[in-house]
This record gives sequence, C-alpha cells and structure tokens, in this order.
Amino acid sequence: MNGRDMNTVNIVGGRIVDSTTDAQGRPADIHIVDGRIAMVATPGATLPAAATVLDASNAVVSPGFVDLHTHLREPGREESETIETGSRAAALGGFTAVVAMPNTDPAQDSRAVVEFVREQGRRAGLCEVVPSGCITVGRAGEHLVPYAELMKSGVTLFTDDGNGVQDPLLMRRAFEYSSDLGITMAQHCEVSRLTAGAVMHEGSCCSHLGLPGWPAIAEELMVHRDIELVRITGGRLHVLHVSTARSVDMIRAAKADGLPVTAEVTPHHFTLDDESLRTFDPVFKVNPPLRTMADIDALKAGLRDGTIDAIATDHAPHADHLKEQPLDAAPPGMLGLETAFALAVGELGMDLRSVLACLSWNPARIAGIGDRHGRPVAEGEPANLVVLDPGAAWVVDRGLVASKSRNTPYHGRSVTGRVRHTVSNGRAVVIDQVAQR
Amino acid sequence: MKHLRSIDELGVDGIVRILNLADHMVEVNRRPVPKVPALVGRTVVSLFFEDSTRTRISFETAAKRLSADTMTFSVSTSSVNKGESLRDTIETVSAMGVAAFIVRHKTSGVPWQLSDWTDASIINAGDGWHQHPTQALLDCHTIRTELGRAASADCLAGVRIAIVGDVRHSRVARSNIQAFTALGASVVVVAPRTLLPPEVHTWPVEVTSNLDEVIGDVDVLYMLRMQRERMNEALVPDLGEYSNRFGLDRTRATRLRAECLVMHPGPMNRGVEMMVDPSDLARSVITRQVSNGVAVRMAVLFDVLGEANSEVSS
Repeated sequence: MNGRDMNTVNIVGGRIVDSTTDAQGRPADIHIVDGRIAMVATPGATLPAAATVLDASNAVVSPGFVDLHTHLREPGREESETIETGSRAAALGGFTAVVAMPNTDPAQDSRAVVEFVREQGRRAGLCEVVPSGCITVGRAGEHLVPYAELMKSGVTLFTDDGNGVQDPLLMRRAFEYSSDLGITMAQHCEVSRLTAGAVMHEGSCCSHLGLPGWPAIAEELMVHRDIELVRITGGRLHVLHVSTARSVDMIRAAKADGLPVTAEVTPHHFTLDDESLRTFDPVFKVNPPLRTMADIDALKAGLRDGTIDAIATDHAPHADHLKEQPLDAAPPGMLGLETAFALAVGELGMDLRSVLACLSWNPARIAGIGDRHGRPVAEGEPANLVVLDPGAAWVVDRGLVASKSRNTPYHGRSVTGRVRHTVSNGRAVVIDQVAQR
Repeated sequence: MKHLRSIDELGVDGIVRILNLADHMVEVNRRPVPKVPALVGRTVVSLFFEDSTRTRISFETAAKRLSADTMTFSVSTSSVNKGESLRDTIETVSAMGVAAFIVRHKTSGVPWQLSDWTDASIINAGDGWHQHPTQALLDCHTIRTELGRAASADCLAGVRIAIVGDVRHSRVARSNIQAFTALGASVVVVAPRTLLPPEVHTWPVEVTSNLDEVIGDVDVLYMLRMQRERMNEALVPDLGEYSNRFGLDRTRATRLRAECLVMHPGPMNRGVEMMVDPSDLARSVITRQVSNGVAVRMAVLFDVLGEANSEVSS
C-alpha cells in the first residue's frame, strides 16, 4: 500500500443530506483524496480504488458536525479530560470540529495558550479543535483581551464561558471595539449576583428540595442587556446555552429587528427538566440549570422556527470524585459529545435536514469555519463528513464513553440515532462506531 | 424501614407507626432505669458535618437507652478537613461495621447520596434547608399528646397551626408541613415574601405576612429561629423590623387562645422571634419538645434497627 492509497477513502451506498439537498437527500458514492472530495458519483458508478471503503448502505452522509461549546479541560484539568480524549469523544459523536471553551488554566486569553490548544488538537488528529478566546483577561471581567492579536491565531469566537461578563460598561466596550473586526462575542448569560450558591432552577421543585435556586431572570436580564448593547454598538452576539422561554422570545424579537444575534441550545436543556434533581445526583447539576417542561417546549419551538441556530453540547467532563460531593460543592456540567446526535434526531421531532442544519452548517458559520466545515458534499470540498444511522437504537452506558470522565446524565437511557463513521480532513477517524486512533 | 430520610418517604403509615412506638418509649423513659437491651451490639455513628450539639446529644441519648454502641464522627477533628470526599468518608467508616448513621449536613440531599455508598441505615438529622424528619415527628408527637389524642392517620384533624418566620431556609418547616398536613392539620405560614420559598403557592399551606391576622385563631403557634446572617442577604431590613412584624411579644401573647400551644425547634433567639419568656406563656411546650425528642428518636432507631427489620438484622 503506497502513501497515496493511505489518503483515499470511498463512502459507498449512502444518501447525501446537506445544505443544498432536500430532507430526503440524494443517493451518491463519494471518493476522497488527500482531504478533499475528489468525486461524487451516482450509485453503481465505478469509483477509483481506495485504501478505506466505508459502507454507507441504509445510511445518511452529511457534512460533519460542529460543536460551538466544548470543554476539553486541557490545559489545567487533565484529570477530567484531555484534548485527545475529548477529540475522540467528539469524533465518535460525529463532530469534525469543536470550539474549545476558554476556561482552561491558564485561560485562553493569549496566543500562546490558543496555539497550544490548536496544536494539541492537531496532534490528536481526530477532529479540528478550534480555540475560542476570552472576552476579558483571565475571564476575570476587568480588562479586554487583545482580540485582533488572537485573530492572528484564527480565533473568531470570544467568550468568558463559565462566567458572564458582569460589568455593563466593559461589555459595551467589548462590542464597540470588536464591531469592525468581524468577530463574535459569545455570552454566558448569568447575572451572578442573582445566582450566588445556586444549585438548580428556581421553581417549585427547588422549593420542595430546599436547594438554592438559579432564577430564570438571571439569564434573561443579561440576554436583554446584550441584545440592547448590540443594537447601539453594531457588535455581534452569540447567546450560549439558552435555557429559558423568555430568552427565546427576546432572541426571536432581536432577529426580527435584524440584529446580528445568534443562539444555541444544548441537548440536555431540551431533554431533561429540573425534576431530575429529585434524585440529588450531582450528575444533573449544570449551569445554566435544567429548567421546566414549559422551557423545554419553548426551546424546541425556537429550534423549529430558526430562532435558535445551533445545537451545542456544552460538553463538560468532571472526574467521578469531583461529582461525588454534596450538591453545592460538586462542579456543574455534564458530558454531551457522544449523545448529541441521538438526542437531537430522536427527541426534537424535526426532519433530519433541519437537525443537521443545527448540528453542522449553522454552527460552522457561527464559529467562523464555514470555509471548511458544514460544506455541501460536492467535488472539491474539504472532506469533513459523517455517516449516520438516524433510526438505530442504542442504550447509553457511562462505562463505555470515550471521554475521560463518565458524568453523562443519560446512563441507561434508550436513544435513537447513531454515528456510524466519521471522516475528518479526509481520514476515516471513526469506522463502525470505533475510533481509529 | 431501612432509612429515615424524609417525611415524604416515611409516609402517613410510617408516621403513625413511629408515634405509637414513641408512646412505648415515653413509658421506658419513665422507668427508674430508663434503658432496654433492644439494640445491644449494634453500632450507631453520629456523622455530623455541621455542628449541632443538641440534636446529636438527643440522638446519642436515645441510642444509649436502647443499649446501642454509639460513636461520634465530628468533622472538625476528622480527615474531611484534609480533603477526603463524602464517598471516601462513608465507605471508610462503614467498613468498621456500622448499623446506622445519623447524618447532619449543611447541604440538601446528602443523606440520599450517602445511602448509595453504604449498606448501613441512614437517619437524617437535618440536610440543608430540606428535611429534619425527627423534628417533625417529635413535634407531631408533642401536639397530639398535648391534645390527648392517640396516634392515628388523622390525629391532627381540625388543628390549625401557624408556622412563623424564615420558612425559605428552614428544614424544620419543610418536614413539619409535610407531617402536619399528612395527619390532617391545616397550616398557615407567616413570613415576609423574602423568607417564603419560591412558588409557595404549590405548597399545601395558606400564606400571610400578617401575624396579627392569624394569631388569635390558631391552635399551635410554631415560631422558627431567625438567623442573624439573613440580615446580610437583604432578606429583611433589620432585626428590629422583623421582631416588630413577626416576633412573639407580650401584646401578641395576650391575643393567643388560652389553649394555644407555643412551640419552637430551638435554639431560641431571645429578643428576636421570642420577645417574651416562654415560661410566662400559659401553654409553652418548648421544653416538652426536647424531652419528647429523646423518646421519638428511640422510636426511630428501634424502627430502623429493631428485630422486626430483617433487612437490617440479617
């Protein structure tokens, strides 16, 4: 086998669904050479031989998924996840690109750290790791980060995720300063004075359980503030992990006004509600918290009508010993990469193409990587692809996850929709649900 | 019953069972030698992550009167301060052969987490703002014995109880409201909106912020402790205003019905919620609550660890 052969992949027998097709898609076979789609052929046509042949019969071929919201924990928290283990979980979940959140230690507020994260992703070689940058130095909410400097390292999405930027003056300046740079401020919307010590959604369940509540208004105040700041500054806003019905309403209104505002929702926020905390299991502690059935309905409606652009995982690994603490001490967050597609395709009641828009080409555009991810499956395009079994049923098992941590809230749950193969930059990194490196 | 973690889990049948056992334990406590060999050879560990000398002594007295061996695991002198996890702590102490843990923790839910990691019984002696089931049981026992009623599923029927003060942060209120209403009582909570729990309309209680409106009209006045640190959280403007609106002073005391019981879970904040000396009140049963506490906790320990419970005695 020569070197050229090593870089060839055929995907045979599938049906392409992408941004240019309808929901049914079109049958085609695909030949990939050196990271690019070299040929898209009608079924039955003879493709050039390839080193790897992926069976896509009865399956859908789609552009690979893009996660706008992944915590890879490296550098600083390698006991919970590394860029390699997180990349493996991503590839198994069908993601060909993940945006690495900046709450590392040190934080991603300098070119040195950002370049390190990107390079570790390249070494792992399982998906593209796209570093985000901080809005403020050290995510401390006091000084702006040199955005144009980080842009030289390819950063276009800036966030202090884990913290919202509390100071309205500082946030106004961030939007103003960045308004002609073509970058996006991604806000974790939480007015922290309203959430001190909070463990779960403030509502009837928290009232009964005697746990400190995280009120919806703590999110909604900041969503409102930032939308209005965008209106007067011309900056660009992406709302991270929208969790409440009124946030959806405000984002819908902002879009109707033509403001440059986008939003994401996590699978856990549209599949789980605050009643999960009745078990007192810290695996269900997450920030923002699991909300109510009414919020879930609103989030789904927001996805269906395009108010919410993207499904993002907020994949947040935590080692067992960190989660095996009292609820106030346990860190918030849950795994998401390996279950996102199943929950999206199985629980939203949306057609497959609409789900793929939220998992692939919409987030690719928001992440500023639409030149290489979420592309149509066509000749000459970068080969970042996924092969999907939308109807395949399986059971989530925390013992079988590729992530270094096991804090999935779906352990034991039967789900529908599975990733069969993943092709990242022309290489088959997942074949028949097995990571190849 | 394997554990006693909440009044909800205990259920009305369980409450009645404990109250009947408590009658028996009251009789034991009246004997010249108030001690029975029911739990000889069983080890009961007080696992108090939050200080509470009164509750701990009450439980340990109860355990000793049933002849159990008692140990105290106090966080201030233990490895928990050296970073040991909750799970490691309970697994380590369990390995020494423990029949039951009596658990107090500042965070809601810890008794449920611990019971996943040990085979021993868990008795909740207070978790966060959530539950304090033995307090509720001793309060039910106190009320129905003061009323001269035998234990039954409706032994508090027709009894109107006002719970006054910081309901939001009170495990006593949460467990008592469940227990009182389960036995047929009606409950009115009296507090400013800031000290009521979120979505209080989903609770099976009436709500008012006007103590004077209800004080002449209740069979039990249950005063909650007002913690001074609430002043720092802007929950009430100052202690003086709180006392004026929600404290039991001489004027209000004169408006109590003659047979109205006055209760408090202790420790009292004299000069804040209690502006009168309880001994000046016709029917303060605050001391009675404390002595009943020992009998009720004996009943709970016997119910959890006694011979009838094959699951535990095996």
